[in-house]
Amino acid sequence: MQRGTAALLRCARFLGELQPRRISSLETARCFSGAAMQAQPSAPEGYDGTAELKRMNLFTAVNDALHIALDTDPNSYIFGEDVSFGGVFRCTTGLAERFGRHRVFNTPLCEQGIIGFGIGLAAMGSRAIAEIQFADYIFPAFDQIVNEAAKCRYRSGNQFDCGGLTIRTPYGAVGHGGHYHSQSPEAFFTHVPGLKVVVPRSPSKAKGLLLASIRDRNPTVFFEPKGLYRMAVEEVPIGDYETELGRAEVLREGSDVTVVGWGAQMLVLERACDAVEKEGVSCELIDLQTLLPWDVDTVAASVSKTGRLVISHEAPITSGFGAEIAAKIAERSFLKLEAPVARVCGLDTPFPLVFEPFYLPTESKVADAIMHTVSF
Amino acid sequence: MALRLVSARMGPFLRQRTLAAAAALAQQRGFAAAASDDEKLTVTVPVPFKTHKIDPPSQEVETSKAELLGFFTDMYKMRRMEIAADGLYKSKFIRGFCHLYDGQEAVCVGMEAALNYDDAIITAYRDHCTHLGRGGTVLEVMAELMGHRDGCSQGKGGSMHMYNKQHNFYGGNGIVGAQVPLGVGVAFGQKYNKLPNVTVAMYGDGAANQGQLFEALNIAALWNLPCLFTCENNHYGMGTAEWRSAKSPAYYARGDYVPGIKVDGMDALAVKQAFKFGKEYALQNGPLMLEMDTYRYHGHSMSDPGSTYRTRDEISGIRQERDPIERIRKLILSLELATAADLKAIEKESKREVDEAVDAAKSSPQPEEKLLYDHIHSGTPANFQIYGADRQHVTVKL
Repeated sequence: MQRGTAALLRCARFLGELQPRRISSLETARCFSGAAMQAQPSAPEGYDGTAELKRMNLFTAVNDALHIALDTDPNSYIFGEDVSFGGVFRCTTGLAERFGRHRVFNTPLCEQGIIGFGIGLAAMGSRAIAEIQFADYIFPAFDQIVNEAAKCRYRSGNQFDCGGLTIRTPYGAVGHGGHYHSQSPEAFFTHVPGLKVVVPRSPSKAKGLLLASIRDRNPTVFFEPKGLYRMAVEEVPIGDYETELGRAEVLREGSDVTVVGWGAQMLVLERACDAVEKEGVSCELIDLQTLLPWDVDTVAASVSKTGRLVISHEAPITSGFGAEIAAKIAERSFLKLEAPVARVCGLDTPFPLVFEPFYLPTESKVADAIMHTVSF
Repeated sequence: MALRLVSARMGPFLRQRTLAAAAALAQQRGFAAAASDDEKLTVTVPVPFKTHKIDPPSQEVETSKAELLGFFTDMYKMRRMEIAADGLYKSKFIRGFCHLYDGQEAVCVGMEAALNYDDAIITAYRDHCTHLGRGGTVLEVMAELMGHRDGCSQGKGGSMHMYNKQHNFYGGNGIVGAQVPLGVGVAFGQKYNKLPNVTVAMYGDGAANQGQLFEALNIAALWNLPCLFTCENNHYGMGTAEWRSAKSPAYYARGDYVPGIKVDGMDALAVKQAFKFGKEYALQNGPLMLEMDTYRYHGHSMSDPGSTYRTRDEISGIRQERDPIERIRKLILSLELATAADLKAIEKESKREVDEAVDAAKSSPQPEEKLLYDHIHSGTPANFQIYGADRQHVTVKL
């Protein structure tokens, strides 16, 4: 890798070696919310190249981010089911001991109550970091998130907001989770103006994006890929840094087809891109990172270059977030498209138990879609 | 008379097996001198019922030798099954989420002794033994746990999703507390159709703090629905002790305007008495809350060792003092209804039954592939598509 610091950025069992990023004119021209973006090094934002790196898995990186969040803002709190004991995925280990049980505390099993409570706390100006133990359990809180959190600022004419609210929740397949421990409900929340929806793909991204989400002045739903909690290991900068929300990251540049995904699916996409590159297909791989608001410019610019788009997510295909991307790109890049936009997603079935391998958008399905798209 | 009583209270599964087993043992071993199988016995349960806005049922519980041997046999089989599931999980025959019931068996068998299969039961995810109690087989549970075709839900559901429509077991539900409003709906259906039956809506002490439980409670009370809100209080909602999560851990009294009874849930006879009383009450008056004071020996799920938030001494203390199976064993021996050797024979038979079911479940095939996309809708909607690994779109026609 060209950059010395980037050489250390490895996802050992995850994405393989991250490709060095060449800063293209497309990227520097990219903007979101009108703010001109600075060119980004391949190391996480805020990482100045001198900070110490530490090998961490994803749950440790989340834990690290939470330590920093509580350390840097005395008015921040973590609560959820079993969090003061470390949580079922160990993400909150050591926090109660370090910051006290008045700042890191267990709640009863009542998701609606947890989020309502968090909105109230955030409305008082605190940073409320709520954990919903599995994304599959978020639905009892759906009303609070959609009707209360998301609209709080708007309906009070900006007098009140609950921007300090961050909802952390593990999502996605783990191999054997069955119907209620495997789902990817991110698309439901992308349909709700007022929220931000963030999904990290790796430990260093989880840390940077989580810190950004916690400090963002909008209620944020932060989906953590639970299949990667232990599996994804990489060098993560020690110390405080944020990865900007609303920006996609181009993981590898290519010329034939744009491949878009987020979260744990990036691992699958990376492997599929490797597979088709052996067939001579050059893929531009983009991690969306933030789904709401999503970085249309980066994707549209890439599709303008490649003329082809493959989108992949674990959630069922119908009304998945891939549909929004496909529609928007058809609108923005219609004349540049040389093939129909392809979506490789979960099937339109409940998340199955024993049929999980059939349900998932696997590497071979993605590779097949890429080959079909480039030979269209 | 007594036989009819026993028959009426026990489901066919329990009845047939219990009487047959007891009769066979009686013949073989000649231990039935003290009491015939169905002779009425009266046992005083030691722990008084605590109540909220209602007079307690009598502590004098009618039972019989057949029933007590049935309790012993069923609870022992449930215990063996859960221990087998634990082993199968550790050897990866069972994957995913698995919540074991050992320790709480008395709730299942006591409840079933007071109900019949026309009464409905709905519970949460700790449902393996509830399925057995409703007349299911160990094979159905084991195969379901492994995701195999002989499972009660054809291998599609797994640990949390046992169902038995024929015997009005509405499952096996994955979301904490979400089953309780469903149970109230079932009770509404029973009342609306003028059925002489009740619904048992079961939940844990963790779920007792879910808001939807109180919404459902209000509706049930408002419309006098025959619903028994049954809190299986094992004192830990996942890893959180009840006192950390509930302002009032007196779950039987949390219905406010709905009366409640606290029951020693480790005593099958007390549980039976409470449900017998509760069924009669609910049919006439509407909902009743029953709190079963029980205990789970295993952790919340297989990823929870169960010893980080409670002491090993606490667990072993409960095993020694309150174990539901040992309690019935002592009762049977003290009443001289069977000898220790007879009970050992029952244990041996249960072990054999569980071992055979495990073997059969292991060799049961995986569900056929069509079951991936079958049963999503009634019939297949137009344009329903699904694709395989080659991503060639195939319109599915069922």
